Amino acid sequence: MTVITAEHLLTRVQELLAAHPPAGTDRGAFLRARFDAGLAWVHYPEGLGGLGAPRSLQVVVDAALEAAGAPDNDPRRIGIGLGMAAPTILAYGTEEQKRRFLRPLWTGEEVWCQLFSEPGAGSDLAALGTRAVRESGSGDWIVDGQKVWTSSAHTARWAILIARTDPALPKHRGITYFLCDMHDPGVEVRPLRQITGEAEFNEVFLTGVRIPDAHRLGAVGEGWAVARTTLMNERVSIGGMRIPREGGMIAPVAAAWRERPELRTHALHQRLLDLWVEAEVARLTGERLRQQLVAGQPGPEGSGMKLTFARLNQEISGLEVELLAEEGLLYDDWTMRRPDGVDFTGREAGYRYLRAKGNSIEGGTSEILLNIVAERVLGLPPEPRDDKDLAWKDLSR
Amino acid sequence: MTTAAAPTDLLYSEAEEELRSAVRALLTDRCDAKSVLDRAGTGRPHDPALWNTLAAGIGAAGLLVPEKLGGQGASHREAAVVLEELGRAVAPVPYLTSAVLATEILLGCDTAEAAPLLRELASGSTVCVPAVPLTLAPGAPLPAAVRDLGDGGLTGTVTSVADAVAADVLLVLADTGLYAVPAAAARLTPRIPLDLTRPLATVTLEAAGGTRLADAGTARAAVAGALLSGAGLLASEQLGLAEWCLTETVGHVRSRHQFNRPVGSFQALKHRLARLWLDVASARAAARAAADALATAAPDAPLTVAVAQAYCSGVAVRAAEECVQLHGGIGMTWEHPAHLYLKRAKADSLALGTAGHHRGLVADFAELPAP
Repeated sequence: MTVITAEHLLTRVQELLAAHPPAGTDRGAFLRARFDAGLAWVHYPEGLGGLGAPRSLQVVVDAALEAAGAPDNDPRRIGIGLGMAAPTILAYGTEEQKRRFLRPLWTGEEVWCQLFSEPGAGSDLAALGTRAVRESGSGDWIVDGQKVWTSSAHTARWAILIARTDPALPKHRGITYFLCDMHDPGVEVRPLRQITGEAEFNEVFLTGVRIPDAHRLGAVGEGWAVARTTLMNERVSIGGMRIPREGGMIAPVAAAWRERPELRTHALHQRLLDLWVEAEVARLTGERLRQQLVAGQPGPEGSGMKLTFARLNQEISGLEVELLAEEGLLYDDWTMRRPDGVDFTGREAGYRYLRAKGNSIEGGTSEILLNIVAERVLGLPPEPRDDKDLAWKDLSR
Repeated sequence: MTTAAAPTDLLYSEAEEELRSAVRALLTDRCDAKSVLDRAGTGRPHDPALWNTLAAGIGAAGLLVPEKLGGQGASHREAAVVLEELGRAVAPVPYLTSAVLATEILLGCDTAEAAPLLRELASGSTVCVPAVPLTLAPGAPLPAAVRDLGDGGLTGTVTSVADAVAADVLLVLADTGLYAVPAAAARLTPRIPLDLTRPLATVTLEAAGGTRLADAGTARAAVAGALLSGAGLLASEQLGLAEWCLTETVGHVRSRHQFNRPVGSFQALKHRLARLWLDVASARAAARAAADALATAAPDAPLTVAVAQAYCSGVAVRAAEECVQLHGGIGMTWEHPAHLYLKRAKADSLALGTAGHHRGLVADFAELPAP
């Protein structure tokens, strides 16, 4: 097997750019060509957007294409597809599923969302109650239930969905994983207005939704294992990104401190310095993790970065509101909007303060993540639990 | 202050890991908690035989000294790894004072008179400590406690001098320059230290004679530079200390049973330890950044050192306090070594500038002025 080097990839990039000059090529056409050249995610297999190259070489390709002014696929807008759906489809999908879904997912022509959390099953995700019943004859699955906290549901074409297919089994065992067409009859998306005033997330009501068996991912009843792949990939979001010193939430506070001496007090100065130091240390910790990943020796720090950033974002944005004194009493805009994603920098301090409250809840609450660190990194014993062997239908809720 | 930081290597090289293994093996063998505790009780905590093996055998004393002066020609990155291991063992050796602070002062003087002494320090045959208070911080005004009375010699009193009782030579900062004074020419009054593994003494000079190594301006710059290096590398000692506390505590709560289950299965304790692990992982990044910035003489080294000290002091103290608390009654006993770590951590948080002092330096470097 030939080992693919950075030089090899750069040659491929030049060939792509020569055949499809960014200036004269339609954005979608360029992205499709990039996928077909194996330069979408270089560590994926050939024919599926990659070349089987080391993952660490992706930065080489990205930098070369960015320097050439090539369009990117806007990872922020399609983060759920890229970060969660794609690696799960790659790991568990049939050849046909991989060929059908990965290319439009990567180019952004098809946006994905995630139908996991439910009003009664958030941190205890495996307790979910959305039912999928197999129709005799057609073999299709009929899905009924309600999902919540679904970002991008209003723009998504497809969803990854977990549903209960056998309530008589213990909660982790009777779950099956599906790919759900968001345009199908019976899928209803309603905006869920949040404490910020906007509706970044949705509720999704599923009523008699018909999913063909060809859109099942993994074996019947094995959905929890498939979902764990998705969730592990969700938390490996840190990595390639380099944050500059004083990047992130500390930037607007530090700027306000420098530009507006009339706001300064001694008590706020101590807190600002404390948080400035912590933000710098968090930046270095993320950078160290990034260097470990590049060196092929991933450390357990990744499990902790989300916890650190959630806490810091909340403390820093809280400080910012206080620093602004009378202005801190005001809010920029309570109009209900449905944004494509989170934009901390486009809004004012009050928004940052309120939105940061979600950082310790979304993608696994800080309490659940602390348990994960304690059990998987430190090897501490799990809490005793009595729900593992009980049938789902017999659980109290 | 929005400029991107220079590329910083925050990992450990293979050579650094080999050095770590050698130091750790030595300390496991010759510096277990029981022997540290036994020595600490005598008021003479240092183990000269252990120092000899560490300094001369492994060559750790000469890491910062160029090869042409008989040293290893290594850098602050390697010295930091040694300090991590010394912190992990609360080892009672004069490494921070002799192999880091005194060595850096002599390197900073860069005079012909300093070279022979530097060779002796690098070989580990001589222990030399700076006659300044352990609390003296980078960025703080340097003391003017010692005066050169001409024919009358050096006269003055310096308090809280760390490891003076183990020193052969004292580096004395006087108004006229830097002097090497034989320890025998000074009066040493040992004080009872909070940290039993790093002894303190008051140094009194009464018309003491010494060898002049540098003029006053050079001496003051050299001392200021050494304090910066010392503060940056102290973060690695604090990291190693915190790691021991975390590991030891996790081990304890896994094996200790109360209420018919391991104590470590209670969520309240798991969350505390998970947070502490996060703090320690962050302290590692901060300490590595400081060591690398010093090794590469990065322009932002003073800021990186201040950040590391402002952060790592607190983590070490928190780790030691959690260690005592989560060991319960056992943690309050003299017999269990947790108290040695708490005492070292608390003393370290005063050494070479408190976290508050270093946050003040951050305010200057990052242009976040006080009201």
